[in-house]
Amino acid sequence: MELIDLVLEAINTLTLNKLRTGLATLGIVIGIGSVIALVSLGQSGQKAVEAQIESLGSNLLTVIPGALRPGDIRSAAGTSTTLKLDDAKAIENRKIVGIKNVSAELLRRAQVVAGRNNTNTQIVGVLANYQEVRSLKIAFGTFLKDSDISSLAKVAVLGPQVVSDLFGEGVNPVGQSLRINRMVFKVIGVTVTKGGAGFGGNQDDIVLVPLSTAQKQLFGVDFIGSISVQVENKEQMDIVREEIGYMLLDRHKIQSPQNADFTIFSQADILGAAQQITGIFTTLLAGIAAISLLVGGIGIMNIMLVTVTERTREIGLRKALGAKKKVIIAQFLTEAIILTIAGGVIGMVFGILASFIISHLIHLPFTLSFISIILAIVISGVIGILFGLYPAGKAANLQPIEALRYE
Amino acid sequence: MIQISHVSKVYKNEEIETIALSDISFKIIAGEFVAIMGPSGSGKSTLMHILGALDLPTGGTYLLDGENVGKLKDDELADIRNRKIGFVFQAFNLLPRTSALKNVTLPMVYAGVPKEERFEIAKKFLEMVGLSDRMEHTPSQLSGGQQQRVAIARSLVMNPAILLADEPTGNIATSQAEEIMAIFQKLNEKGHTIVMITHEPNIAEHAKRIIHIRDGKIIEDGRRHKQLRAKK
Repeated sequence: MELIDLVLEAINTLTLNKLRTGLATLGIVIGIGSVIALVSLGQSGQKAVEAQIESLGSNLLTVIPGALRPGDIRSAAGTSTTLKLDDAKAIENRKIVGIKNVSAELLRRAQVVAGRNNTNTQIVGVLANYQEVRSLKIAFGTFLKDSDISSLAKVAVLGPQVVSDLFGEGVNPVGQSLRINRMVFKVIGVTVTKGGAGFGGNQDDIVLVPLSTAQKQLFGVDFIGSISVQVENKEQMDIVREEIGYMLLDRHKIQSPQNADFTIFSQADILGAAQQITGIFTTLLAGIAAISLLVGGIGIMNIMLVTVTERTREIGLRKALGAKKKVIIAQFLTEAIILTIAGGVIGMVFGILASFIISHLIHLPFTLSFISIILAIVISGVIGILFGLYPAGKAANLQPIEALRYE
Repeated sequence: MIQISHVSKVYKNEEIETIALSDISFKIIAGEFVAIMGPSGSGKSTLMHILGALDLPTGGTYLLDGENVGKLKDDELADIRNRKIGFVFQAFNLLPRTSALKNVTLPMVYAGVPKEERFEIAKKFLEMVGLSDRMEHTPSQLSGGQQQRVAIARSLVMNPAILLADEPTGNIATSQAEEIMAIFQKLNEKGHTIVMITHEPNIAEHAKRIIHIRDGKIIEDGRRHKQLRAKK
């Protein structure tokens, strides 16, 4: 019996009872639809997180005080005092191969006032090379210069969020002044918006001041919050990280790396952690959806078993007229596979539509993975075979006389 | 052609043995028209199933064209039924919601006959049974007699060695039953071997030979229907 005959006959049989066929397919439609929608949404989320983290610069190593050891009692970030500006200078002076820039930062939150407006934002004390390290672009004015650092100048570069909070959206505030902790600062520049909120908070809601000014005049401390090391290329990240690590251990007079009072991490580390988390979520969601797929498969098996019982006489007749076992199996398997693949294709359309609508509603980039589409069709076909095999085998093994006698 | 030697059939059902056939032997040669008669429960249906390779004997041998049917596997039996035996059932057993033409092609589908050829042959046999104007009708649109004629056309398309008819007129109005029997007689005259089960003497009279069974045994094997008349 040719395949085309099998398929045509199966479609013919399935259309005889449209309601039942529709209900049997519904389980697969829901199953495949939810798998596609959830996997696609999960991937959209993952992409969004990756894009945000990568916008921070991928060749960046960050040194922060304190160790990331499980079980340790950790104080609030930024309150550790073990990292000094001298550490950053030492890294720079060591001339390690592969290092492009070394920048030191001190981050604190403070109230910023301009005229009648005020906002609570992050104040970051930085060096002049911060612009290059974080690949910041200037929209208005200029960035901080080395001379600003050495002279403890009271000048500030603002993020666009701060500008719109204090001066109004789109206003050029260069030349105006604002007060941080009652100290007057002159605005010399505004950065271009970076968007997103990765590590280090919203990159647009920020006030950049000279590190020396932040340490001595604003906050009265002698330590720094972090050291950013820009590496020439990705391949050198591991070597540079190791060299900096041993050098800092040496400077801090610590024997064993296990007792280090600082932590070095890269954007890749954060990216990896974030990917792991979003990956787990995607798998979890797909797993839940897969359960509905399983239920759909059982529904198909149930309907096929009913069909086999109903058509016992027909099966008996077919066997009496010379149908071999494999022909009967092929006939019922074809019906089951057509049911599930039809369900798979319809479910796929619904799944794509759902993920398209939802990703638009929650402002995620819409991603459509072709692998998941092909997988959906293959999986629905496999479900058809898996859950159709038992009813088909049952039909094929009916004894022709018993089947003919069946009322 | 058909050689049945010492055939018996015992059904075992939860340790209760039911003997349906015991020690049956006979021969049917090509061109014969045999009626098997007997009251219900006599074992005539069981004998029919064995002759049709739908069931296997528990004892004895059944040779069909020299082949020992009792030794065959399921798929080989399916092949025998497909090529050597044409079935006509009491309940017609046509596929519902399927045209007469498609019903008649069914055995050829399983034999792998090409599509165009299938429909050509099916049309030829439907014309032969006088249904050339009913080919696209489904069974529910046909009378009992017409349905049985479709079934006869279906039984002939593979050009089988024997035609097995199980109470072929049992579900048909008497007027139409005669038409069916006329077709059988015409087929027999053309050389077809026919074995027919019936409990109606006037239907059995159309056969050249009548085998009577009771309680699973042959009680009479008469060659001429004149003898039957004489007995009555």
